[in-house]
Amino acid sequence: MSLQHVTTTVNGDRAEFLCDTMETLLDALRDRLGLTGSKEGCASGDCGACSVMFDGRLVCACLVLAAEADGRKVETIEGMAGTGELHPLQTKFLELGALQCGVCTPGFLVAAKALLEENPDPDETEVRYWLAGNLCRCTGYDKIIRAVLETAADLRGQ
Amino acid sequence: MELEFTTRTTFDKVGTRPPRPDGTDKVTGRALYGADLAGADMLVGKVLRSPHAHARILAIDTSRARALPGVKAVVTRDDFPDIGPEGTVKGEVEENLWDVARNVMARDKALYEGHAVAAVAATSTAVARQALKLIDITWQVLPHVTDVDEAMRPGAPLVHEDMITAGMDPAPEEPSNIAEYTRIEMGDIEAGFAAADVVVEQTFRTEAAHQGYIEPHACVASASEDGVAELWCCTQGHFSVRDMCANILGMDLASLRVTSSEIGGGFGGKTTVFLEPVALLLSRQSGRPVKMTMSRDEVFRASGPTSSTSITARIGATRDGRITACDASFRYQGGAFAGSPVGYGAVCGMAPYDCPNVDLHCYDVVVNRPKAAAYRAPGAPMAAFAIESLLDEIACKLDIDPVELRLRNAVKEGASSVYGPTFGTIGFVECLEAARDHPSLEAAPGPNQARGIAAGFWPNYGGQTSVTVNVNNDGTVLVSLGTPDIGGSRASMCLMAAEELQIPYERVKAIIADTSALGHNDTTGGSRVTHSAGLATIAASRKVIDTMKRRAAAVWDIDVDAVVWDQGCVRPSGANAGDHEPLTFDAIAAMAPATGGPIAGHAEINAEGAGASFAVHVCDLEVDPETGRVTVLRYLAVQDAGKAIHPDYVEGQYQGGVAQGIGWALNEEYIYGSDGILQNPGFLDYRIPVASDLPMIDTVIVEVPNPGHPYGVRGVGETPIVPPLAAVANAVSRAIGQRMTETPMSPPRILAAIDQAP
Amino acid sequence: MIDVRLGATLRSMAGGRESFPVEAGTVGQVLKRLQGAYPELSPVLHRGVAVAIDGRIYRDSLLQPVPDGAEVYLMPRVAGG
Repeated sequence: MSLQHVTTTVNGDRAEFLCDTMETLLDALRDRLGLTGSKEGCASGDCGACSVMFDGRLVCACLVLAAEADGRKVETIEGMAGTGELHPLQTKFLELGALQCGVCTPGFLVAAKALLEENPDPDETEVRYWLAGNLCRCTGYDKIIRAVLETAADLRGQ
Repeated sequence: MELEFTTRTTFDKVGTRPPRPDGTDKVTGRALYGADLAGADMLVGKVLRSPHAHARILAIDTSRARALPGVKAVVTRDDFPDIGPEGTVKGEVEENLWDVARNVMARDKALYEGHAVAAVAATSTAVARQALKLIDITWQVLPHVTDVDEAMRPGAPLVHEDMITAGMDPAPEEPSNIAEYTRIEMGDIEAGFAAADVVVEQTFRTEAAHQGYIEPHACVASASEDGVAELWCCTQGHFSVRDMCANILGMDLASLRVTSSEIGGGFGGKTTVFLEPVALLLSRQSGRPVKMTMSRDEVFRASGPTSSTSITARIGATRDGRITACDASFRYQGGAFAGSPVGYGAVCGMAPYDCPNVDLHCYDVVVNRPKAAAYRAPGAPMAAFAIESLLDEIACKLDIDPVELRLRNAVKEGASSVYGPTFGTIGFVECLEAARDHPSLEAAPGPNQARGIAAGFWPNYGGQTSVTVNVNNDGTVLVSLGTPDIGGSRASMCLMAAEELQIPYERVKAIIADTSALGHNDTTGGSRVTHSAGLATIAASRKVIDTMKRRAAAVWDIDVDAVVWDQGCVRPSGANAGDHEPLTFDAIAAMAPATGGPIAGHAEINAEGAGASFAVHVCDLEVDPETGRVTVLRYLAVQDAGKAIHPDYVEGQYQGGVAQGIGWALNEEYIYGSDGILQNPGFLDYRIPVASDLPMIDTVIVEVPNPGHPYGVRGVGETPIVPPLAAVANAVSRAIGQRMTETPMSPPRILAAIDQAP
Repeated sequence: MIDVRLGATLRSMAGGRESFPVEAGTVGQVLKRLQGAYPELSPVLHRGVAVAIDGRIYRDSLLQPVPDGAEVYLMPRVAGG
């Protein structure tokens, strides 16, 4: 079976790769483009460790076919920090110790950034439900939720 | 090596909360985990697993798979050397190697659904998957057993036909699924119950829970033609991976170099090997690097969950709430191989209490399930579920406040522990008092709401540790550790080195070195790292200071006894030593090349003096009487950390343990069909708590310094998962007026209990 | 003389006896002399033990001194998650 040619935009840059028609976007990002920041925790959309933005929509990259990325825009954890400067969510996660093993962290950050873009003033319950698709086994979520709430307040200038 | 110290109590840097040295890589996606290593020439390895719960493997034919284009290696049981049960073990292997080798690849029988029976390496995932389908196995399906109580009955299908129970006198003549029996006896149990005014008894059952780390097992193996190999993997202990793989494959320890990747959670589940020896064999056979990753489904079916248990316990107490006796039978299955954590579970359950008369019977049972692996305080949460539930029952019967009941029985320094030795300095009473006085206990539970209290204990341990502290010429410091960092330990080590060397935290960095760079390090587990690697880091830092004093003395041309280390400088000890400007840490580091060469300290120790850690948890929850759904409203975890080096990560351990415990209590379970097949091998059906399931988790860090550590550290990782099963169960039981005796306390079980309530 | 005691978890493996007096100055000597003097302890020693001296637990520390009259317990080795 011949491979499919995909031209897409990843973190603002044009990217091209060849992929199997059955391949997921997660596999293409990791194995074809070397962007291993998105993690595979389940490959079934249950853990959120592969959360990416797909044409501005928060998705699990394991549930998107790589071929679907043709002509679309993909944003991953690797594109979250500006040049030489972390995103405020990244800084806050470090400040509050909102990660332990860190493997779920990229997914949480991508998902939390999407939340704050949609709702700059979420309450605790809204944050908890928005992030309910991202599993963390280490932290009990407490410090993650606090980090998102505090970042939101900082960004609102409070 | 004996480190001389008196435990200090005032600190500059220890106890602050700086960002961790590995943090930026983890929030930017740069950090490399087990599955993140790539190479051009790499093959993909996949495992064929048994579809049967129990079956004899009559024949394996791999010829069709080998003939498939793109397949570069196929391994089965025939490719593994035969290691005898009593063979000489090289290195430090705590597990039974004979069992580990058979768990890694089935030999005569597949012992559980998911047991590895063959593996292939191919040029792509698709080819590897196709090759697995071309392996022909002739099975003889055998009767199976997955339940611990059924496995103990006479006539149950035998997992190992020749297993004779150890520890029974006389030894039984017939084989059974009971691998070992242990009895723990103290005092006079009859007299103890005779002295009791109230006696409570109950049988409890807990289902198996999985550690549930988000990162599946993964490794890359690369074997060379000269017999040397390298392995990259996510593990809690790369030295023990090296030692196990080398033994299983008949290699020298020096011929195998293991690098631990960043690790995406372990909780005990990554203390053994699954894929690693297989990947090494595939690489050896193909002559190319081989990468293997488990799918989530494989993680559930083939890597170790914890035991499911069945416990019958009886406790007696006097009218004023003094425990007089406890007898119990603990039945833990350890999966298809001996080694369930029943013994430590049993002693941990009663360890918090001063009970003179104890008689505990422990049964280590095998069933057709994956080999149990360590899971955070192995064995203790289930025992605590039973014991703490019965104590709650006593508190209800005697109308005594549950914290007060525990205070009346709490072990203190000088009490003898149920496992033998006398307790040293411990902080259980302090934890109980902190819980009692916490403001969150002021809120009165509303309708359908209740509060549950439970305590927990883990002994902690030390173990072999090797650390190097290198001083660079610019005065920065690098700490090389051999204990994989699973929850921020690099930050804690940097804090301890900075404290000892009296330099800024930011000037210290830490890495996890591979097995070729340091002496042996025991696995990250048993809550040993902050204690043991901390001790070694402090000892190595003190050697740096000694060297710096010698260098400064040499420069000043005075005796080394005439200099002192003071606030990050070497100074003359007094006027007689001469008039010399103090030399700073940085100045001495800069002079290193000209004064004798690099300055480094290292410590190779077998850390002793681990301090036991106690916890008290308070859970407020609400039960919906219509649906049986439980909502946790408030949760408080109080625990003795001895000294919290980096409080963020201590709180994180408490909160994470609580979340895992709540999941185990309410949702998580291995569900087997009557066919012995696991029915929920995925995160959708094996539901771990998500953010919307939990409230904020309040923590109180009690600090009763451990005299066995220069900073007073006690391990904190295990204990937080011990109380939650019981804390949640006690709250649910009080809310519905009926004692809950099984986990998970899922809505159907709670509705059934409500129906039975008087 | 040191009175070596078996922790409750090991007692049933050695026929129920609790106390095993030996002359020894280190953990290594304790284990070696127990082996020689009390054959019934061999299942316990073969399995691997930790030694608690006055409440402090030692594992694989054969050179650790044992003061005369110390409280010495043999117990199973602790691991953990």
